[in-house]
Amino acid sequence: MLLSTVNLSKSFGGLMAVNSVDFSIKKGQIVAIIGPNGSGKTTFFNVVSGIHRPSAGKIFFNGEDITGAPVYERTLKGIARTFQTTTLFSNATVLDNVIVGHRLRTKTGFWDVLTRNRRFKEDERKCREKALEVLEFAGLSNLADRPVENIPQEARKRVAIAMALATDPQLVLLDEPAAGINFDETAGITELVRKMQKRGLTVCLIEHKMQMVMNLAEHIMVLNQGMKIAEGTPEEVANNKVVIEAYLGSDDDAEDD
Amino acid sequence: MALFTRKNCPALALVILSLILPLVITNKYFMHVIIMGYIWAIAVYGLNIILGYTGQTALGHAGFMGIGAYTAGLLNLKLGLSFWPAMVLACLFTAFLGWLAGIVSLRTRGHYFSIFTLCVGVIIHVVITRWDDLTGGMNGLIGISGPPPAGPVSFDSLQAQYYLVLFFLLATIFVAGRVVNSLVGRTLTAIKTSEELTEVLGINTMKNKIFAFVLATFFAGLAGALYAGYIKFLGPQMCSVSMTFDMLLYLFVGGNGTIAGPLIGSLVLSTITESLQVVQEYRTVIFGPILIVLIIFFPRGLYGGYEILRDRIRRRLPAREAPEGAKEEVC
Ligand SMILES: Nc1ncnc2c1ncn2[C@@H]1O[C@H](COP(=O)(O)OP(=O)(O)OP(=O)(O)O)[C@@H](O)[C@H]1O
Ligand SMILES: [Mg+2]
Repeated sequence: MLLSTVNLSKSFGGLMAVNSVDFSIKKGQIVAIIGPNGSGKTTFFNVVSGIHRPSAGKIFFNGEDITGAPVYERTLKGIARTFQTTTLFSNATVLDNVIVGHRLRTKTGFWDVLTRNRRFKEDERKCREKALEVLEFAGLSNLADRPVENIPQEARKRVAIAMALATDPQLVLLDEPAAGINFDETAGITELVRKMQKRGLTVCLIEHKMQMVMNLAEHIMVLNQGMKIAEGTPEEVANNKVVIEAYLGSDDDAEDD
Repeated sequence: MALFTRKNCPALALVILSLILPLVITNKYFMHVIIMGYIWAIAVYGLNIILGYTGQTALGHAGFMGIGAYTAGLLNLKLGLSFWPAMVLACLFTAFLGWLAGIVSLRTRGHYFSIFTLCVGVIIHVVITRWDDLTGGMNGLIGISGPPPAGPVSFDSLQAQYYLVLFFLLATIFVAGRVVNSLVGRTLTAIKTSEELTEVLGINTMKNKIFAFVLATFFAGLAGALYAGYIKFLGPQMCSVSMTFDMLLYLFVGGNGTIAGPLIGSLVLSTITESLQVVQEYRTVIFGPILIVLIIFFPRGLYGGYEILRDRIRRRLPAREAPEGAKEEVC
């Protein structure tokens, strides 16, 4: 198992946003987490990526307990993520955004930048090359020099993914990578996720767009009110009574965000 | 290295200008004003690193400059150390205190960090004011020795002092420039823009913020030591909280987060303040509105305004065509 959570819980005050979730992701898989609004999907990502400390439970990555590790260490170990509200570095170009994404794999420090020594040059080159590579991969080469403020929403989503890829991850967590974009663009992102898998990456995505999920995921976990209510192949989940009930029972599961 | 690239030309011209300045200016008082402007600029470069580039509004800066000044002064007066070792130790000691203050204060964010560092500044000022036995309290320290001759070069004349301070100013700008235009600088700017995203990209933001804070206080310490060696008298008012706000003013007027901003702001404002007595008395009344106007129209200060103008002039034609091109992309 690449990632597994054991009995993972996160409560905010009295609210159990994530409630005793056992979940595992195999290397090379594309898996999805679905569930109505407010069911704890994003919180699950936040706990796995270290932004929130779990209230209980453990997280293992490549067999190693990372429950207490700080956010940046998890990324160093190979867990990258994007945010639901696409977060980029403003006042910077697409290329600049992605260059920072590879900083974690470099060691340039104060002395190196003062003297502009071999390591400095090597690292600057490494970051630039990696950035150009992932931009190409994400289909963004022609936007590299544009400020991130004035590129379309779909491109912004791709930049967020490109930044995650620049960290040289093993596992990429995508929080609603297709929210707020149209049908054709969604197909484009679907394509990109597939390409990531072909490159040997493992992907876990949260998505409300069912067609995309059913099309991509080999394995799906369904959350409702913080609890895992079902898990399995797309067919199994789609035919699961509890799942159907959960979706019909909540009246605000619209695909609006 | 190509020295005369298009990008370097203005900078080089300015360096040459600053080198021949003492030959042109004969007015001693004006020389003094410029030397002081340079010293403030060194400190403001520090503030620019932590605030302008890293986005952490540190408000204890004058306190750290005071630490540098008093350390240099006391090492000279009490231990008889000459200026040079005293200056080196003052910088290191200030940076060490900066590190201590940093590891504690940088655990807080936003307003809390500002308030915390403001308190640090106040405490330093109070300690310097009250610790009579050590710092001379309100009477201050008198009779600090200036830099002894370095080989054949003596630092007695005003011109020599000017070149000394200029040397350290250029060194400061050099260091700041190298840091800013590198992966290290990119990392700091990333933290300024979104600390959470930076952390998620696998960067230890705490470590980087501490680095920026230490570098910032190092520059403050250097400015303080130079101040002590130049003025040769220290009073607690040189590190009062209002001095931090003066430095903030210099930074914002010159251009927060720009490489030339600290120098421009320090020179322009300290010249105005020093040359017009009226301004000195009513400076808050006069500078307040100026600052507000500047921040509204030139959020990146005078230098930021200059950059916008320059870019506009440089690509006047492409700029006119841009909207059409942009539209095509969006559709
Ligand atoms: N930082 C927080 N503090 C307090 N409550 C929170 C916090 N983050 C999330 N919650 C609550 O936890 C619950 C789960 O939220 P979460 O964002 O994980 O849902 P989600 O499944 O991602 O929903 P959506 O599909 O709308 O994105 C919600 O009730 C939410 O209000
Ligand atoms: Mg969510």
